Amino acid sequence: MSNVELSGIDRTVIGADSAPSSQSSDNALAPAATKSRLGTRGLQLLSWLAPVVLVIIWEWLAQAGWLSPQVLPAPSKVIRTAFKLVTTGTLLNDLGVSLLRAAAGFVIGTAVGGGLGILVGFSRVAEALIDRSVQMIRAIPFLAALPLVIVWLGVGETQKIFLVALGVTFPIYINTVLGIRQVDPKLLELGRVQGLSSLQLIRRIILPGALPSILTGVRYALATAWLALVVAETIGAQSGIGFLAMDAREFLRTDVIVLTIVIYALIGVAADGIARVLERRLLAWHPNYGAAR
Amino acid sequence: MSAHVAPLSPASFETGPAVVVSNLVRSYGSRVVIEKLNLRIERGEFVALLGESGCGKTTLLRALAGLDSIQGGRIVAPRRPAVVFQEHRLLPWDSLWRNVSLGLQVPDARERAAEALTEVGLGDRLDDWPRNLSGGQAQRVALARALVQQPELLLLDEPFAALDALTRIRMHELVRELVANHQPGVLLVTHDVDEAIALADRILVMRNGAIAYEHRAARNASTPISRTELLRELGVNSHSIH
Repeated sequence: MSNVELSGIDRTVIGADSAPSSQSSDNALAPAATKSRLGTRGLQLLSWLAPVVLVIIWEWLAQAGWLSPQVLPAPSKVIRTAFKLVTTGTLLNDLGVSLLRAAAGFVIGTAVGGGLGILVGFSRVAEALIDRSVQMIRAIPFLAALPLVIVWLGVGETQKIFLVALGVTFPIYINTVLGIRQVDPKLLELGRVQGLSSLQLIRRIILPGALPSILTGVRYALATAWLALVVAETIGAQSGIGFLAMDAREFLRTDVIVLTIVIYALIGVAADGIARVLERRLLAWHPNYGAAR
Repeated sequence: MSAHVAPLSPASFETGPAVVVSNLVRSYGSRVVIEKLNLRIERGEFVALLGESGCGKTTLLRALAGLDSIQGGRIVAPRRPAVVFQEHRLLPWDSLWRNVSLGLQVPDARERAAEALTEVGLGDRLDDWPRNLSGGQAQRVALARALVQQPELLLLDEPFAALDALTRIRMHELVRELVANHQPGVLLVTHDVDEAIALADRILVMRNGAIAYEHRAARNASTPISRTELLRELGVNSHSIH
């Protein structure tokens, strides 16, 4: 019904080229009009054009000698370095160590943030007891606590995992509380009418209702976890991607440094991808996330 | 659920009324919304409650549903009433059958939900999501969710107000059929006079927190309920309309 109406409007807008101002004012119709000419695939390809061209220019500048390898090595050189490091074994090992740190910190931070969030979300007393303190600590950029964390825990594994956990805790906490608070009170009322027990109310209505917000928190947390790891690993690490970068800096191995930066970026993208898959699967019911049926 | 809804004795369970309200008082602070209201609804009886906005009709329904506390009097009902609200209030994250069986404490919940959905004409949509339903379909699922509880008392809070005219008429037929099959006592809160006439055995008009008018003509009786009379009771002078 609404589809038919929409396409009808579409046609009139495309036809009425005498009024460009009305077309630009209506955001909803503009992309649809473009889509009919280029197609979704074409736009997708087009969006990759700029980065590919940039890499080609970079490679060309390096090959031509305009870029010193000390400043920025050619992409091909970085790829060759990657292969070499993988075959000698150190890269995969360092990658594993880094991922393990991130995972451990993430699990701890999620448990603490989620636990506190559920407590505060459900209980006004818990909110009065906990929330203000958490909000005050949250005001500190967690990386600013790094010197203190080093004094407390040294520069070993504990310090790195702690810093990641610290960064993860707050986005999870905030979004869990927010999610629980945002559950539609009309649905809670329905739960009471249907005779649900408190436990059933939490399981059937409150947690599913809070899930979109919680998953948003997970996505933020993945990003902060990664940031925390980069910072933690650049200080006193004996292994890991950050160590690789710091070690390379000593010998002015710019190719290795660039490689580590690229790896950090790729893992960030992968983490975001995992979060998206989670959202798609767990929020299949949600009009904004679920795959189209 | 609500402490003030006292269960009837087992003896009166089989034949007794769906609900008996005596001297009900409901107030918000010092403002009294319902003043010593008495009401009795038999099983299988369809009662429509009309009234202007703010007359206390929804307040009465919420008190009967056990959603609000009451400040005086008694509400005696054999068991928890089922409610259909103006909005469907389906859980968007649960399939239709999970929605219908919400709060149902039986092992064969899916079968029972399937039966109820079939009754409202959606038996082939068990695993569908609420977001794929039209407004009328969603309200039918809400009806199924209420009836699957096998209520003695069914409370309808303007459930058709948000539907278009044609869908509303279809819903009226469906509700009449469902009530005939299940025989719960029904309290329909509405401000649609024609809806009340079409569905109810008894029509009550509420004014200033009390029942001001009662019309006990069955819809199949020889003397139909006078629309003009009802409108007059609701403060509408029909001469000014025509």
